[in-house]
Amino acid sequence: MNPASLRVVSAGPLVTFQDGGRIGHLRHGIPASGPMDRTAHAIANVVLGNPAGATAVEVSRAGASFECVGASLTVAVVGGRFRTSVNGATIGSNIVVTLVPGDQIALASGSSGSWAYLAIAGEIVAPRWLGHTATHSLSGLGGGRVTAGLDVEVSAARADPILDGAVAVFAGNDLVDGAVRVVLGPQDHRFTAQALQHFVAIPFSLTEGFDRMGVRLDGPQLDLDAALSIPSEPIVRGSVQVAGDGVATVLLADHQTTGGYPKIATVVGADLDAFCQLRPGDAVRFVPVAPAGAITTARLRAAALEKFFDNDLLRTRQLARRLAEADLIGDVGTD
Amino acid sequence: MNRFAPVGDSAVLVELASEFSEQANRQVVVLDQAINSAIDDGRIVGLVETVPAYVSVLVVFDPLVTDHDAVCTAINQLDATGAVAVEPRRHHVAVCYDLGVAPDLEAVAAHSGLSPAGVVEAHLAGSYRVVMYGFAPGYAYMAGVPASINVPRKLQPVRGVAAGSVIIAGGQCLITTIEMPTGWSVIGRTHFRVLPDQPDAPFAFRPGDEIVFDRITLDEYEAAP
Repeated sequence: MNPASLRVVSAGPLVTFQDGGRIGHLRHGIPASGPMDRTAHAIANVVLGNPAGATAVEVSRAGASFECVGASLTVAVVGGRFRTSVNGATIGSNIVVTLVPGDQIALASGSSGSWAYLAIAGEIVAPRWLGHTATHSLSGLGGGRVTAGLDVEVSAARADPILDGAVAVFAGNDLVDGAVRVVLGPQDHRFTAQALQHFVAIPFSLTEGFDRMGVRLDGPQLDLDAALSIPSEPIVRGSVQVAGDGVATVLLADHQTTGGYPKIATVVGADLDAFCQLRPGDAVRFVPVAPAGAITTARLRAAALEKFFDNDLLRTRQLARRLAEADLIGDVGTD
Repeated sequence: MNRFAPVGDSAVLVELASEFSEQANRQVVVLDQAINSAIDDGRIVGLVETVPAYVSVLVVFDPLVTDHDAVCTAINQLDATGAVAVEPRRHHVAVCYDLGVAPDLEAVAAHSGLSPAGVVEAHLAGSYRVVMYGFAPGYAYMAGVPASINVPRKLQPVRGVAAGSVIIAGGQCLITTIEMPTGWSVIGRTHFRVLPDQPDAPFAFRPGDEIVFDRITLDEYEAAP
């Protein structure tokens, strides 16, 4: 059997290999990395029958294009509304398509969203660091950047055209009126009362300072009540850190693991994927929830996602396979 | 008394002191070890990882299994005695302090009321100990910067600071491993690699290790690999 690969024809900045993430090394200064939109990454893999945390290519708004080489491949593109085309013909976004050698697939920034995932039925072969292909974008450690000329190799590749078609959308991923839920703290006591009030009362917007490390926000200045040089403390994905100039930054997949700038709040995990899909200029407002309420958001979302995988994705896959088998039997019967 | 602060939906920050001291940091190490042995023994369930820092320990948990209150209660009930201190090692790090690779040396001198040479002398005279890894892969924070060159962070991080930079802020020192933005002052450059490319030992330092900085000239720095 011929080895199958996707040859990278073009790729903008911030196009990387990402598996589910390198969890457990925060104590070594290493964030989990992994996909900016973990839900979309998981859906792209699961719809093809891959494990949810398998390696996929994360594509930024800068876009990327690939040529199928060696053997046919079934791929899924899931995430923001990117314009996906095969050999120049647009096929939509959130879609599964089977490519034959020579086919070119291109992902370009569409009407909304900042990240899309290209998953391939089979296993993408990429360098591992500490057991994972997740790429830490600033160092390039892990699977690494996906750049023009690279061959994305696939082992145990499966061409499965019966999966071709639109992918169900997980509705539980959307923000309601730009509301992003946060738990205040852990350093909210370092801010003035006015800063705390402005933080929840006045909308913010995302700026162009947006990469895998985090996004700087535009909004009210948040003044500190204390000196800058506090001992560096650990940071998590979703931390809202305020630098000495009073500007807030939300830290994301490749976040620094500690920092001495105070953190006014932390975005709940259930809202982070949708937050990452926003674009510069989009508005958000922070809605505080109590810690117990935050636990509820995590549990409700996990249940909704599990139901989506079972009911929408897997049942669709099984239905497609049963229909294909029925067709096959029908064909035999009419011969 | 420990201060517990919720961090989003899946972590708790345990603060043992508000200011750094050797004693506070030793308590951090003891608590970190106690929590991890409790995880290993199954005495605390639902924890994902812990992150020891200067005066605090971040405890990350799975919100589908446990919650903030249960984790705080379990940590309060831990017996944090009997933690074993790891024997520290000593590492020599050769640093070039030439102004060409030390863009902030003059600003630190101005802030400290010293000459640039005086800042270098002060930095070489420090007694450094690795307190924790933080910020970015392999960023080993060292305590022991002399008070005479204790400068605050800049108001805004500066992008594009080269790997191998020796940087200081707020009484802390570290060696950068990758090109990253930082609000710290760059006072030198080294070829020393905190992240050697060795799968068996991916990190050069352990928390507690002692670091000695040795001065080299620009010629020596440029001649080295």
